[in-house]
Amino acid sequence: MFNTNPFDAVTALISTDIQQGYIILMAVLVFLGTVLDMMHKKSAKYFSLDTEKNNKNAKRSVGAGEKAGLAVAVAANEILTSAEFCSTKRRLSHMLTMYGFILFVGATATMIFGWSTDALAAQLWHIGAAMLCVGGYWFWFFIRVDVAAEGTKWYHLVKADMFILSLLLTATFGLLWSYLQSTGNGGAVADMGWTTLFFVLFIISNTFLFSTVMWSKFAHMFFKPAAALQKRVAHADGGALNLPQDFDLSSPEVHAKFPDIPEYMGKNPVDMGPGIRREPPNHY
Amino acid sequence: MPTFVYMTRCDGCGQCVDICPSDIMHIDKTLRRAYNIEPNMCWECYSCVKACPHHAIDVRGYADFAPLGHSVRVHRDEEKGTIAWRIKFRNGKKDMELLAPITTKPWGEGHYDLASAPAPTKEVVDTELLYNEPKYVAMNDNALMTLESNGLEMKEGVYY
Repeated sequence: MFNTNPFDAVTALISTDIQQGYIILMAVLVFLGTVLDMMHKKSAKYFSLDTEKNNKNAKRSVGAGEKAGLAVAVAANEILTSAEFCSTKRRLSHMLTMYGFILFVGATATMIFGWSTDALAAQLWHIGAAMLCVGGYWFWFFIRVDVAAEGTKWYHLVKADMFILSLLLTATFGLLWSYLQSTGNGGAVADMGWTTLFFVLFIISNTFLFSTVMWSKFAHMFFKPAAALQKRVAHADGGALNLPQDFDLSSPEVHAKFPDIPEYMGKNPVDMGPGIRREPPNHY
Repeated sequence: MPTFVYMTRCDGCGQCVDICPSDIMHIDKTLRRAYNIEPNMCWECYSCVKACPHHAIDVRGYADFAPLGHSVRVHRDEEKGTIAWRIKFRNGKKDMELLAPITTKPWGEGHYDLASAPAPTKEVVDTELLYNEPKYVAMNDNALMTLESNGLEMKEGVYY
């Protein structure tokens, strides 16, 4: 199962051209959905207004080199390691889902466009789907239902769940379809048996996932990094979104400006450790 | 003005929900972001503003300490044990900062160990005084604190 390209068997029913056309159509739908989402929510307009406001508050200008450094920091923290999550469980679940999705989509494109016929592509496709399932079901059945997160029953669906649910179903139906193909119990895809059913469900959930970008939170993969970079630039240019600066408590300038600090805390205060964050928020 | 949440900064962690003394900060079931469910019951205690790890909650300060259009932002740094405020007027020029300690010992340390305190005698229980009174109230060798005992005099007028 893990070494077999599940799309090979589909070629008997659907030609490679149509399969490739479908992938391109999905990419176009994601692009269109993101653009429509931006137009509908006017997010690009508000984003540029925010940038203008931040530039007005700036105390110094941030150079291109420094901006590139900040972009690397965004990539290392917010993108690659999902560092903005306070909850470790949410963070791990997000990373499993994210990397699973990247592997899954990358391997699908590789296999359908024939970039590589290596068994590695099929293995990565299965690993990606499995990671999506682990991260996704962990979120759906354990994190989301926990009162510390949202306290929503697993069967209670809202519009915001369109993305996670279609993503989960895509991975699940994909794995089931591949499993049935490998055992041979469900027949071939062209046989109109169980294998065909799960293939059709896989295609439906896939199409739903990529065609509902305007209404789901799919587009967050584009705007989250942009917002994270905007925030980092705002802190670097001294405007700091009107927040107070990060004072160094051992600095003599800070001692001169705020004499309470050395008087009550000493000239080189110790790390006080976490306060209210010693206990995770779970009282609702 | 009551608190409000910048939805794009909130990640729905629930710190504000936990800390709100009025229980009016809730997580929206659809958007999974915090919001003030009852703004007219908010007394602007700033607890949620300080507790928010993403600075996603804001309050418009009263016009008696800064003219309208200002910004009052706060950063409570637990590791440093300080709280920092920044008040910026709408002209962008008057920009004030304040830094103050909120603890002098690491969090969770320095609590009185009640379990190791000796049990009160019957006489102590029968008095009208509360636990450790007048020792903890007077702080003056069990005599009441007075202006005289502190070498102070009552002065007329407002002098603080």
